Amino acid sequence: MITITQAEQEIIEEFSVFTDWLDKYEYLIELGKSLPIINDNGRQESNLIKGCQSRVWLAADYREGRIYFTADSDAIITKGIISLLVRVFSGRTPKEIIDADLSFIKEIGLQDNLSPSRSNGLVSMIRQIKFYAVAFAANK
Amino acid sequence: MELIKDVDSIRKLFPALDQKVNNKSLVYFDNGATAQKPLSVIELTDKMNSGVNGNIHRAVHELSARTTELYEGAREDIRKFINAKEREEVIFTSGTTASINLVANSFCQKFLNKGDTVIVTEAEHHSNIVPWQMACERTGAELRVLPVDSNGEWMMEKLAEILDSKVKIISVAHISNVLGIVNPVKELIEAAHKKGVPVMIDGAQGVVHCKVDVQELDCDFYAFSGHKLYGPTGIGILYGKKELLDKIPPWLGGGDMVGTVSFNKTTYADLPLKFEAGTPNFIGAAALGEAVRFVRSIDGDFLKTQEDELVNYLINSLSSINGVKVFGTSANKISLFSFTVEGVHPTDLAMLMDKMGIALRSGLMCSEPLMTKFGVTGMLRASLAMYNTVSESEYFIASLKRALKMLS
Repeated sequence: MITITQAEQEIIEEFSVFTDWLDKYEYLIELGKSLPIINDNGRQESNLIKGCQSRVWLAADYREGRIYFTADSDAIITKGIISLLVRVFSGRTPKEIIDADLSFIKEIGLQDNLSPSRSNGLVSMIRQIKFYAVAFAANK
Repeated sequence: MELIKDVDSIRKLFPALDQKVNNKSLVYFDNGATAQKPLSVIELTDKMNSGVNGNIHRAVHELSARTTELYEGAREDIRKFINAKEREEVIFTSGTTASINLVANSFCQKFLNKGDTVIVTEAEHHSNIVPWQMACERTGAELRVLPVDSNGEWMMEKLAEILDSKVKIISVAHISNVLGIVNPVKELIEAAHKKGVPVMIDGAQGVVHCKVDVQELDCDFYAFSGHKLYGPTGIGILYGKKELLDKIPPWLGGGDMVGTVSFNKTTYADLPLKFEAGTPNFIGAAALGEAVRFVRSIDGDFLKTQEDELVNYLINSLSSINGVKVFGTSANKISLFSFTVEGVHPTDLAMLMDKMGIALRSGLMCSEPLMTKFGVTGMLRASLAMYNTVSESEYFIASLKRALKMLS
């Protein structure tokens, strides 16, 4: 399996072909549509991260030292961004997740979506991903 | 003075309109949240911050005298603007929320007891729900809700059922921040007064789009914010009838609101200072006076004609788009449109349209009970001001169609 840094680099390369925002968002919409929807079990209240704008569900499954994430959102662009995060983080060890700096978000020009003022649940989602990593690291 | 009668002249007075956002010319359609400021307001604020600055009502020095004059001059201009009888009835607060909280505290401390009732409607902003809920929790009173119909109009026929002798105050929006309907406040006030019940009006949106005459309305309290009325943030007004304001206790204690102070007994200042404890936002207040003078420099008939044109264009264009549902349809509609599109999340649309240079509001809009009533988790809102144009509206509709195509 490639490292988190390599996965981030792959995404940066994919996004480098987009010259304007339109292509980028069309791609995010595509990603949003193709993200496997979280199963019914995962789309439950306890996995809900509530933002003022859109809702995000995040479920984590810890197997053999690695955390597997599935996620969903009721907004398609948010879901597209989520799919990038799931791609980078799912199947990693808690330590890898704790150490990740997420600079790729800025590199692909989506940092605006992660400012706390956007309140779309993404900032809370990243916090929750890191929280799971810390919790699983402490319990192993 | 010659009144301004065209939108181009108005736009020239608002520097914020002339900017690029995401490399596109800004189309600012989030005026229901806050409006941009005209040059005269910006210049007065600058002038005061850069020199004409001395604390009001306190000192004999020249700067204090000049700011006091600007502050009290603003109060007088605002009194005229809403046609209050006396200057004592115009109280500076930090905004609509503070004005409502003031009444929900002072009035309720005096008049609301266990077993009493407060009425609001189903279409209120959280600012006109939560302060009353808190007052009811403190006193053991009950909050009753006047429902709205599927168009968002008040169900006036239900009023008689809940307006009994237990009701101590009614607080309602002049215009809902979600529905954009001018509510029949005068009719409600008449019905309430027949039962001896005072009425507070949340005029945050109303004062921007209607000519407000508090004596003609005969409302007991009227609250509004400066920043939605082309003034600065952090300043607003509570209008209250003098005889009521005299009866209720001050809410905040501090400097400027006192007569004499000793450790045994403090007497309070007369109106309006009784409710203006501490150093007020005097620069904001003076600038709100300037904003009101600005609004009075625009021809009212022109504004009405222009708004009607925008409402007609937008309601027809929005309704003709497949899957669009506009909430709040009434003959008395202002240029504020909240809508959903079937199968599309409002946040997705707001994000794409932001990239096209259009500022909109999306989400619950501080009106969660109303969202729940309509069974939605959010809406998209376009709210226009006096400087918005038909061509901006055309661009908005074209951009909306483009965004919907991307999301389909």
